[in-house]
Amino acid sequence: MTLKFSAGALAVTMSLLISGTGHAAEIRVSPADGTEKLIETFIMVEEGDTILLGAGRWDLADGLVLDADGVTVRGAGAEETVLSFKGQTGSGEGLLVTSDNVVLEDFAVEDTKGDGIKSKGSDVITFRNLRVEWTNGPDEKNGAYGVYPVSSKNVLIEGVTVRGASDAGIYVGQSQDIIVRNSLAEFNVAGIEIENCYRADVYGNMARHNTGGILIFDLPSLPQQGGHDIRVFDNSSVDNDTPNFAPEGNIVGGVPMGTGIMIMANRNVHVFGNRLANNGTVHIIVAAYPEEYDDETYMFVPRGVYIHDNTYGEGGAAPDNEMGEIIAGRTGTPVPDIVWDGVTRIPEWLTWVAAENRLYIDEADDTTFANAKMISHMLLPWETSPDRDISNHAGSLPAPAPVELPQDAEG
Amino acid sequence: MTARSPLPYLKRALLAVLFLGAMTGGAAAVDDQAILAKKPPRQLSAFGFFADAARQVPATGVLPFAPRTPLFTDFAEKRRFVYLPDGQSAAYDAREAFAFPVGSALIKTFAYAAADRPGGLRLVETRVLLRQAQGWEAWAYVWNEDQSEAELKIAGAKLPMEIPLPGGGTKAITYAVPNKAQCKGCHELSGEIAPIGPKARNLNHAFAYPEGPENQLMRWRAEGILTGLPDAGTIPAVPDWLDEAAPLDARARAWLDINCAHCHRAEGPASNSGLFLTWDEQDPVALGIGKRPVAAGRGAGDLKVDIEPGDPDASILVYRVESNEPGVMMPELGRTLTEPRAVALLRAWVASME
Repeated sequence: MTLKFSAGALAVTMSLLISGTGHAAEIRVSPADGTEKLIETFIMVEEGDTILLGAGRWDLADGLVLDADGVTVRGAGAEETVLSFKGQTGSGEGLLVTSDNVVLEDFAVEDTKGDGIKSKGSDVITFRNLRVEWTNGPDEKNGAYGVYPVSSKNVLIEGVTVRGASDAGIYVGQSQDIIVRNSLAEFNVAGIEIENCYRADVYGNMARHNTGGILIFDLPSLPQQGGHDIRVFDNSSVDNDTPNFAPEGNIVGGVPMGTGIMIMANRNVHVFGNRLANNGTVHIIVAAYPEEYDDETYMFVPRGVYIHDNTYGEGGAAPDNEMGEIIAGRTGTPVPDIVWDGVTRIPEWLTWVAAENRLYIDEADDTTFANAKMISHMLLPWETSPDRDISNHAGSLPAPAPVELPQDAEG
Repeated sequence: MTARSPLPYLKRALLAVLFLGAMTGGAAAVDDQAILAKKPPRQLSAFGFFADAARQVPATGVLPFAPRTPLFTDFAEKRRFVYLPDGQSAAYDAREAFAFPVGSALIKTFAYAAADRPGGLRLVETRVLLRQAQGWEAWAYVWNEDQSEAELKIAGAKLPMEIPLPGGGTKAITYAVPNKAQCKGCHELSGEIAPIGPKARNLNHAFAYPEGPENQLMRWRAEGILTGLPDAGTIPAVPDWLDEAAPLDARARAWLDINCAHCHRAEGPASNSGLFLTWDEQDPVALGIGKRPVAAGRGAGDLKVDIEPGDPDASILVYRVESNEPGVMMPELGRTLTEPRAVALLRAWVASME
């Protein structure tokens, strides 16, 4: 057993306790050892081991896969240790993690043909101080997602930087118990996207110069849907001024340039303490899923959204694309700070929406708002005008409990 | 990874069994210990799977087989073999791969026709799936130039080569031998490594054995390596995807099943896509009809749905099978070329939908 008392000793000890084996080792690899050595290290690593990636640059033709539990992969820093996939000829992503109790920290993944770093089906997975970047800047040919946990549980993303993703920089899909904090997402189509997830806290992040800053989506016909209990707080979503460069057909392809925070479907979403400024289409939009679908179990309208104590700078002066035009066509410009499409289920439109399913807003007095009343606009033969009375949405909802992760308990 | 090294007494017991086996068995026998060893041998010959490896003649107790419709891997020809420890059998399953006993091996050689080589085959690599106590292990061995030995390649390999094409002519490709981790990219079921081919529906047809053609499932039962086989009429069967006499829908579904459904199923690596392409999938949306992509990125190719009935050009599924660009092409692994006959089949299938 080789157990060095370095800064990582505690983490190694923890892994040992979890795994119950006596083989935890530190394995050092450097670019001078060549790419084959790196690939072999990821394959042969055993439960509880730590892989230490030296400073420098690897040029990889194929994606890496990590399938051992309890492994930490630690580089020399997000600028110092670079895994470049510029010459990638196979695999969908740069690094794929399929195991549990994994920590990835202090390295960069650049220019993957598909997604940057993906975890599939991982329980307790940490992405820390990583950089995932497409170095040529925004381009439709860039990979879809930068940091991409999917179908995972106990997900911690902190201190990461993602640039240039043609879908979402930080994308958490169909996962449960998630924290995304203190990260930077810029020059992506979506900065941060939480899709079909249960229990997520998104806080302390900077989302700037994306097409849209932070998206909370729920989509039909997927193994996990009905996203709920999401808190988005103390983030900055500003200067989202990159034209949408997503390939058409993807749901984010419809997001207008200059969207601060967008909530589509989902239940119990709380948005508070965020700073929104210089978003040309709209700072916050709450909307129904706009496409046709064939899924009886899917709830297409947001249920229970509470927006409060955010600050709003300039915005809404340059509505973009079809969605922006529709919104501005209803509200005029500048588009108000908060827009709700006003879509409800038809029985509710005819009667009322139950208290726990409504939209509640509690903001400073100068905050502007519009209910675009899209459903009335579509269904009624006479012209309906948007409802700008923010006081119709007075009230609040009880906040979901903070997400607690085993990763934080260890510290 | 799960449990580690087998208990010492188990090892000793195995050694004793092997010693007895060596006393009674014939020549060119499989080395059961090599299959069960924690570390794979550096050379393929150590397993003893072949009596004449260059000509792909199996050793005693190693049986060749073939699925009705195969996975496409850059037009490679394949030689597949199954080995079970003496006296043991796999359990029949109507839907999934058969349950193989510990000590079993599935062996698959990738090769291209070459008139100047022994047996008319240029051997590229041989992949083995080994059933150990804690689950399946997967390894790839790359053949040397004179086809006398294949070496373990844990990190995979990229092999530039000229390959013959089915319609005539040749093509220069970089053949990709998967690294060990990539094996699980396809061979995964609910998080564990699993075989794909040896399912009832794939094997339920006649194979040309040296002694003459015979239904593989009947042969396996006769050999004593398969138990629980039901009445022949109740066993599912996929058609040969190139058999134009078979129904178009069945041919397309057979191709999708063997080429896509190991990932695209609720228990597979692509479960999060919601696109499920197994042979018996009945839900039209899960099959992709009118289904919007979720995480396809540029793989969507500016198209809106996986399958637009009647319109192959508007169908992401066709677009991705047609592509050979990393990040777009499907399957992600196992090919660098497009199989035009598969594209034509899927196009005809989508065009036939109303």
